[in-house]
Amino acid sequence: MTNLYLNPSLERKAKKVEPSKECVNFLLDYSKSLKIINYKNLQFESIQN
Amino acid sequence: MNTPRTITEAELVKSYINGNEHALSQLINRHKHKIFGFIISKIQDRDLAEDVFQDTFIKVIRTLKRGKYNEEGKFLPWVMRIAHNLVIDHFRKSNRMPKFDTKSDFDIFSVIKDEDLNAESSIIKNQIESDVKSLLVELPEDQREVLEMRIYNEYSFKEIAYKTDVSINTALGRMRYALINLRKIIDEKNIILTEK
Repeated sequence: MTNLYLNPSLERKAKKVEPSKECVNFLLDYSKSLKIINYKNLQFESIQN
Repeated sequence: MNTPRTITEAELVKSYINGNEHALSQLINRHKHKIFGFIISKIQDRDLAEDVFQDTFIKVIRTLKRGKYNEEGKFLPWVMRIAHNLVIDHFRKSNRMPKFDTKSDFDIFSVIKDEDLNAESSIIKNQIESDVKSLLVELPEDQREVLEMRIYNEYSFKEIAYKTDVSINTALGRMRYALINLRKIIDEKNIILTEK
């Protein structure tokens, strides 16, 4: 693992790649569906379609 | 003519916290190369890297929506830190869990093996140990002494240093030369110490 962290060429090469559209869309959909409900001092998460 | 002003990260974060979902898309698009590039450079598996990327932003989304984000102006370093921690978690998990190929003829013994040596291996191991022990007489006295204390008596280097009345560095040096010399002797005499 140390070698991986010290290999800058890998990092340079990797900068050209990007996550798939599905991956990003999932995050955007997740964000839209996630609601935080505040009740007194408590916070609840709710996933709403 | 005025050129359109680029929206700052802090403004995008604020806008997202206030409910503008489009701001998240802008934040992701702005930094996805850097963050995903960092993750894949460490993990080197596209699918796993996407999982870590998603987990990173799930944490980001939850923190922002819960109003717990308090690092205004340092969005990217904060996200990179989350990604970095998740990469470390990934390596910790993968070191703990046995890996096996998903082949149809799955062999349970490829992941579970009997750590005990069988009779033959045990005899060979004993033979090797006895061969190594007999080679120790070839070493200079001070090196042999350190090696025996460390390997056979399991003393720490601090204890060895105390018992032989030298500094820890000297004890370490003697151990190093003992191993180098032992390898030399093994090479010179063409001794094969391994099982195969």
